[in-house]
Amino acid sequence: MTEQIDKALAREYEAGFVSDVESETFAPGLDESVIQRISKMKGEPEWMLEWRLGAFRDWLQMEEPDWALVDYPKIDFQAISYYSAPKSMKDKPKSLDEVDPELLRTYEKLGIPLIEQQMLAGVAVDAVFDSVSVVTTFREKLEEAGVIFCPISEAIQKYPDLVKKYLGSVVAKKDNYYSALNCAVFTDGSFVYIPKGTRCPMELSTYFRINEQNTGQFERTLIIADEGSHVSYLEGCTAPQRDENQLHAAVVELVAMDDAEIKYSTVQNWYPGDEDGKGGIYNFVTKRGVCHTNAKISWTQVETGSAVTWKYPSCVLKGDNSVGEFYSVALTRGRQQADTGTKMIHLGKNTKSTIIAKGISAGKSNGSYRGLVRMAAGAEGARNFTQCDSLLIGDQCGAHTFPYVESRNPSAIIEHEATTSKVSDEQMFLCQQRGLDPEKAVSMIVNGFCKEVFKELPMEFAVEAGKLLEISLEGSVG
Amino acid sequence: MSNSNNLLTIKDLYASVEEKQILKGLDLEVKPGEVHAIMGPNGAGKSTMGYVLSGREGYTVDSGSVVLGGEDLLDMETEERARAGLFLAFQYPVEIPGVSNLEFLKASVDAQREARGEEAISSADFLKEAKAACKKVDLPISFLKRGVNEGFSGGEKKRNELMQMLLLQPKLCILDETDSGLDIDALQVVAEGVNSQRSSDRSFIVVTHYQRLLDYIKPDFVHVLSNGKIVKSGDASLAQELEAQGYAWLQTEPTEDELEG
Ligand SMILES: Nc1ncnc2c1ncn2[C@@H]1O[C@H](COP(=O)(O)OP(=O)(O)OP(=O)(O)O)[C@@H](O)[C@H]1O
Ligand SMILES: [Mg+2]
Repeated sequence: MTEQIDKALAREYEAGFVSDVESETFAPGLDESVIQRISKMKGEPEWMLEWRLGAFRDWLQMEEPDWALVDYPKIDFQAISYYSAPKSMKDKPKSLDEVDPELLRTYEKLGIPLIEQQMLAGVAVDAVFDSVSVVTTFREKLEEAGVIFCPISEAIQKYPDLVKKYLGSVVAKKDNYYSALNCAVFTDGSFVYIPKGTRCPMELSTYFRINEQNTGQFERTLIIADEGSHVSYLEGCTAPQRDENQLHAAVVELVAMDDAEIKYSTVQNWYPGDEDGKGGIYNFVTKRGVCHTNAKISWTQVETGSAVTWKYPSCVLKGDNSVGEFYSVALTRGRQQADTGTKMIHLGKNTKSTIIAKGISAGKSNGSYRGLVRMAAGAEGARNFTQCDSLLIGDQCGAHTFPYVESRNPSAIIEHEATTSKVSDEQMFLCQQRGLDPEKAVSMIVNGFCKEVFKELPMEFAVEAGKLLEISLEGSVG
Repeated sequence: MSNSNNLLTIKDLYASVEEKQILKGLDLEVKPGEVHAIMGPNGAGKSTMGYVLSGREGYTVDSGSVVLGGEDLLDMETEERARAGLFLAFQYPVEIPGVSNLEFLKASVDAQREARGEEAISSADFLKEAKAACKKVDLPISFLKRGVNEGFSGGEKKRNELMQMLLLQPKLCILDETDSGLDIDALQVVAEGVNSQRSSDRSFIVVTHYQRLLDYIKPDFVHVLSNGKIVKSGDASLAQELEAQGYAWLQTEPTEDELEG
């Protein structure tokens, strides 16, 4: 059975094509002059450049972390290009008609048509291609509701007060090695502001695409949900199939003011590398949200791509009665490695957090859950429930759980449950005896395992995620 | 010569698991519409027979042949055998957490219909059929929503197997101790379920340890499987004899091979 499953897992990476777009790309290398050039390309104000340079100087003093259960050759930061943009984007197309058709075709091929009439009704998209945002759809409609949804490079110019106030307020510049690097060299990403008491009229989503060779993508996203507002946001990611590893180091900050709610979903499908572990994206991401009184942040992630993933979407439950949730499915196959989980930092009274993490490992891959639950002294009556389930497919893969718990308040309650199971021969046999082919059997068993997480995804994307798993598992049995 | 009217013909079948030979010269012929009961001591190879016929991985056929409806069964993948009309009700049904019974059943039925070139059944129609099947095996409708066998009691699992049979409408049903662990009422439910499915073009192989089931499901033949082969065949009265006398009087002398090995 193991052999069958392995074969079935040897799937095609459907998003692995390269777009033939003429790009303007910086020569590889990183020093202050590169940062000055990025800042200039983006037409940034002086304060932004200073902010970046400060982060860069911090970064130079920092060490690359090595505590995660992932193994990869040392990254040569001087061999990476820190900026690449389609030439056609230089004149900032004002409307879709002015956007290079090849770019639009790229997104269409990925199943994200940017022509509004063809789009999923009710979803606004910001499409980020290498280092620039190509287009943001439905902007007018959102503006009517007072919602700001634009590339962060534009927000820096148009809404400097908001950006100055919140950028780096949740993830400090020096938080970690990759966040510091991101602060220095980030190129684009999305900015969202939902005004007081507003329910965002549509789903917002950002689609990240890496195209150019040897470039890093350093995206930066900032979402601010003002008092009593509500927003649901989704990000998707893909990259071409290349033999070299590429670095993706993002920072995402969420601010949920009093009574606000942010639902942040990720479907991550970066190129995972080939069967032998050649190529693939290094996905080193810092995601964190802060919840004020009665606010709620819910992270849902479906991670199927990347050669190496290092990612811990977290919640700082600052306000009383605030709620943090983390629902995760992480699938590793081939030689993929994922070290992912969450941090729930309970500061306020009666704060609540729920963690449901599902890890699926196949092939020779390694998946780890790493999670921290911290109950601060003031977290009177706080509660956490954690459930970590691992599913192994075959016998050459690994699943690991590293739960860390710190409690300084005796009234806080922390519950942790963990299970490890296998896709068993018996289950496969039952399915096949009923007429299902082995691929369908595995994907059904895996989907069943992930059910609690999938039901947290917005409808359209739950279907997508299910399909993605199906593709990821294609050939995993044969 | 095997009779071409047979639905199933097993000839001189030898099969092993983990290098250990379990089936040792099994012969069996089943005509359409017949019900064959198979009895025999623990460890005789009854379940193994079901697994070998279904093509379970790890079970190797050493020699012999099996023909189902004119086709060489041993040449097919497990799922192809199922699509050819072979159904096995498991002695120990396994759980598939998170996959609802309904979803599982629909996927199974769809896969089989597709293989036969039939159109997929609409979700609404299927739901109707599934509800009816649920009723027939006396399981609450809510079981359609629950994960496959997830947390089911022993008896519920057996009834769930029967429900799958009702929906898949197979040609050959192998019921492996579907009566074990059932209370009297459930036994009747299972028997009624089987009887309602008896038809001139559907056959059953009913593996059981108890004559009791055969009071409800009247078999055309009763066979005793011992040490990997059929050692005695007869009509329904053989079951009564066995109930009274046990298997000891049937035990074959060990062969020289076995004494040496
Ligand atoms: N995977 C295996 N490895 C080794 N021996 C096995 C394996 N599977 C089955 N056997 C052996 O094969 C023999 C036949 O088993 P089988 O389950 O077919 O018996 P059975 O007739 O169905 O018995 P019961 O009436 O108890 O259900 C037993 O001795 C059993 O231990
Ligand atoms: Mg048995």
